[in-house]
Amino acid sequence: MPPFLTRLIALSHKEVIHVIRDRQVVYLALGMPLTMVLLFGFAVTFDVQDVNLGVVDHDSSPASRRFLAAMAASDTFTIRRRLDSAAEAEQLFRRGEIKGALIIPPGFERQLARGGRARIQLLMDGADGTTTRIALGYARGVSQQQLIELIRQQGGGASVALPLEPRVRTWFNPRMRSALFVVPGLVALILAMLSVLLSALTVAREWERGSMEQLFTTPVGRSSVVLGKLLPYVGLGLVQTLLVLTAGAWLFDVPLEGSFWLLMGATVLFLVCVLGQGLLISTITRSQQVATQAGAISSMLPSLLLSGFLFPVENMPTFLQWVSAVVPARYFISCLRGIMLQGRGAAQLWPDLLGLAVLGVAVIGICTAKFRRSLD
Amino acid sequence: MSAPAAAIIARQLTRRFGDFTAVRQVSFHVERGEIFGYLGANGAGKSTTIRMLCGLLQPTSGSATVSGLDVAADPEGVKRSLGYMSQKFSLYLDLLAEENLEFFGGAYGMMGRPLRRRVDAVLERVGMGAHRRAVTGDLPGGLRQRLALASALLHRPSILFLDEPTAGVDPAARRSFWQLIRELSGAGITVFVTTHYMDEAEYCHRVGLMVDGRLTALDTPAGLKRAHVPGALVKLRGPDMARALERCRALPGVLDAQPFGAAAHVRLDPAVVSAEALSAALVRAGLPALQVTPIQPTLEDVFLAVVEAESRQASA
Repeated sequence: MPPFLTRLIALSHKEVIHVIRDRQVVYLALGMPLTMVLLFGFAVTFDVQDVNLGVVDHDSSPASRRFLAAMAASDTFTIRRRLDSAAEAEQLFRRGEIKGALIIPPGFERQLARGGRARIQLLMDGADGTTTRIALGYARGVSQQQLIELIRQQGGGASVALPLEPRVRTWFNPRMRSALFVVPGLVALILAMLSVLLSALTVAREWERGSMEQLFTTPVGRSSVVLGKLLPYVGLGLVQTLLVLTAGAWLFDVPLEGSFWLLMGATVLFLVCVLGQGLLISTITRSQQVATQAGAISSMLPSLLLSGFLFPVENMPTFLQWVSAVVPARYFISCLRGIMLQGRGAAQLWPDLLGLAVLGVAVIGICTAKFRRSLD
Repeated sequence: MSAPAAAIIARQLTRRFGDFTAVRQVSFHVERGEIFGYLGANGAGKSTTIRMLCGLLQPTSGSATVSGLDVAADPEGVKRSLGYMSQKFSLYLDLLAEENLEFFGGAYGMMGRPLRRRVDAVLERVGMGAHRRAVTGDLPGGLRQRLALASALLHRPSILFLDEPTAGVDPAARRSFWQLIRELSGAGITVFVTTHYMDEAEYCHRVGLMVDGRLTALDTPAGLKRAHVPGALVKLRGPDMARALERCRALPGVLDAQPFGAAAHVRLDPAVVSAEALSAALVRAGLPALQVTPIQPTLEDVFLAVVEAESRQASA
């Protein structure tokens, strides 16, 4: 066996022993992914349910009652209170009892019967922007559907239709469940945070403990030190990935439409990028404390905000889009969603895979170049 | 091949860190199989010298060869020929004793049965066979140092660099560690060892004294004593040492008088004054009776004399 390989095996084996003997690392590496899947899977949801409505029905007609019943029938809205005036609604808004108020003016039924424009007013609490925007969309849909229905009945069965009727079907996530959107991104976030942190700590620890100096008196080359640190943590990262995917499939029915092996391949590329990032931080700082902080900030924020995990990259200002080009999570999340939800293959995902490969080679290259085998 | 040169040759070896000169134009030779002691206070430049000789630090100027290889031109070749024990214990505390050795053996490219046999051999060599399955972090200081020595011996180096190998180790363990060093030297291994324990330096074949980055004296322990502590040495013991010292220095034939712990060491020119005459002179001077004992000089006396001479030179 060539000496390079012998040394690499010795270094990796030693690193595996470190990981196995360190309870904290084991808990962190396995406990944190599970905790985050549970937290994010349940808490990060864009589904809107049971928005409390106050209702002011000035018309009190069969038509207005039918309309209100239809609004209440959806999961989105719950009619919480019946009110006498819009002024009353304002007080309830302030107390937070209702998120929206629906006001049906007098003459609603009459207007419909005449085939004229019937107006209803929906007041929404804009303090919670996301909920409001989504609820508003639901309300539009419900009211449009209802009005068509009402006009049809009033018109004595004559066929009434909107001139243009969009029929929207959402593919890949037909029920628009947030978990499907969140879990793939979560794989990237978890791997980025833990990998950078663990690899940043391990090299800094060797500097602080003095074992790096001892290592430098052996013929071990810098590329074997870097690779010897990398390999065991790639293995650990794959275990974490399987853990998150299994939990996602089991708890939230997150599918895997595409190739498992392509997913693993993309994961390995991503792990090389983020582990390399940690090694680079550690090589430069040589201190566990500084490396921890630099590692946490440089991994979490970009992976959360610039990766497309929560906000699409295309919607960012041009400058931030450029910055996101060096955030490996951006490419990896695109791969994850593509493979897991859309069943895409390498033929479609190659730009992202290439992005990961380029970043990986670059960061490992810089790391090896920066890694001096002397104490100068 | 030319005739085997000295194991270590340093010529005008110098290392600066910014404005600070840690090692200043140090020159010496170390012969094969020799135990070479490098003595000095903390910060005198001992570790910096060792790190340059081990190829871990580049010299700022000057040169050094180890096993005939230039440390600046071929640091990797130099590293292969030497075993290094750093001042700070640097094996992995969470690994078992034998796992540490297996790892460093692997780092030197050994594997499989030859590696296991070599690990057995070095453990046996340092007398740690019984502790091979112990977690390194649980070992007491003395055994940790033995393990570090075993690790430095794995690849059969011809030269050992030991940087303060016995710092923080109890006296019994220190004594047996030095026994090991003598055995290794007997087997033909060159040992370059730094220490600030003066008693340990007595075990060395030759001793170099570092003061503020300079090698100020270099000889056998006996030679150093002859050169730097000439005359006859007596130890004074008793009350009021400060006045006694003052009085001594004024007497003819007293070469030097220095406090030494609670006592004092006084150097006499035996041609002028004897120990008995000194004692009588002190009594005549009205001092209470002092205990005056002739003693053999130690390297500590040498060290104090050298430091004294240095500071006198510096202030002159």
